[in-house]
Amino acid sequence: MSSIGTGYDLSASTFSPDGRVFQVEYAMKAVENSSTAIGIRCKDGVVFGVEKLVLSKLYEQGSNKRIFNVDRHVGMAVAGLLADARSLSEVAREDASNFRSNYGHNIPLKHLSERVAMYVHAYTLYSAVRPFGCSFILGSYDQDDGPQLYMVDPSGISYGYWGCAIGKAKQAAKTEIEKLQMKDMTCRELVKEVAKIIYIVHDEVKDKSFELELSWVGEVTNGKHELVPKDVREEAEKYAKDSLEEEDDSDEDIM
Amino acid sequence: MEKRFMDSQIKGVSTGTTILAVTFNGGVIIGSDSRASIGGYYVSSKTINKLIQVHDRIFCCIAGSLADAQAVTKAAKFQISFHSIQMESPPLVKAAASVLKELCYNNKEELQAGFITAGWDRKKGPQVYTVALGGMLLSQPFTIGGSGSTYIYGYADAKYKPDMSKEECLQFATNALALAMGRDNVSGGVAHLVVITEEGVEHIVIPGDKLPKFHDE
Repeated sequence: MSSIGTGYDLSASTFSPDGRVFQVEYAMKAVENSSTAIGIRCKDGVVFGVEKLVLSKLYEQGSNKRIFNVDRHVGMAVAGLLADARSLSEVAREDASNFRSNYGHNIPLKHLSERVAMYVHAYTLYSAVRPFGCSFILGSYDQDDGPQLYMVDPSGISYGYWGCAIGKAKQAAKTEIEKLQMKDMTCRELVKEVAKIIYIVHDEVKDKSFELELSWVGEVTNGKHELVPKDVREEAEKYAKDSLEEEDDSDEDIM
Repeated sequence: MEKRFMDSQIKGVSTGTTILAVTFNGGVIIGSDSRASIGGYYVSSKTINKLIQVHDRIFCCIAGSLADAQAVTKAAKFQISFHSIQMESPPLVKAAASVLKELCYNNKEELQAGFITAGWDRKKGPQVYTVALGGMLLSQPFTIGGSGSTYIYGYADAKYKPDMSKEECLQFATNALALAMGRDNVSGGVAHLVVITEEGVEHIVIPGDKLPKFHDE
């Protein structure tokens, strides 16, 4: 499954004979080892869900958040090396803030994601630095442009999405996301579906406990990106757990 | 105004001027006189253009030191054009006004220029912004500026109505300019008016003798 670069993979400034930059591909592997994060755009907003694995019972609940606020109207969910993601969130914050300072209005998400992607890309050009080992999903809501969702990966490209997933279970998550009719859903409906998808893709055997981080931005929050309120979160988690049990039950019937 | 008077002898050409911008239903009219003077004694130009186009639907009119205003608008025009290409869409009027404001505020020690920015954008429609001498940015339905504006505050406050038609607004702007140019010695020449709407930009020039006449003229 993994191919070895042997000699052409020592620095980001070297191409392999078949035209690949192995350091960037290795950076993407770092993202694939991290737990899953998903972002889905609906009719009136964007919802993020992150499967945050809890490695020790001694951790304070809610520490090492993987969803960041980049600007009032922009949120960022990350997968990969958390320290790399934190420094990129600072880059995104400064960019958004400078834009507002210069031009007097909120930065459009497409522009922000292109700027941060350009920054990430710069670290794939030189042997003196290593590429960022994280992917992230940016989401925002604006009254005129509506909800927007963009994803940036370690190679430095950004794409716009209706739904995307990053991390170890991204394939399984993408399959679940494709089943949704997100263009017709509202944020309140979507929050429950996002929680359900995270619960579905979570591997009970390999990874033990996890915390579900949920956040949203849309008409429901008046354009402000924030973590989902406690009551909505509990409702979403209950819906997710109940759906899983139902599926388990139906499997038993077939057998 | 006394400081400006003294400074103009050091700075050279200044635009003792009358400038205004007024929103109406569907667009905005920006207007100015065309006189440039040195020290208030000598008219260095009778036909100067104080209405600078900074983008397709955004204009700005200048007051104060002509050199400073031209330098700032040149820099702003470049920045706004680059910003618009990066955004892949026409710039917001607010963005253009913010660019001018940043330039004025960050260089306030050296500069002596004030602006009125007016234009139309898809998001908020017709807008008028004042960028004052020190870099204050203010959004208003209409605004007047320059040395000649002091003589028409009463007229403007009394006669402005929100949501005018294009013809009513043109009449308002022309009358205001004519009255100011009639009383301010450092404003005069022809009246330049630009009408900006979603459809496009229309220039109107009214020579001095065709301006509306009031009592005892």
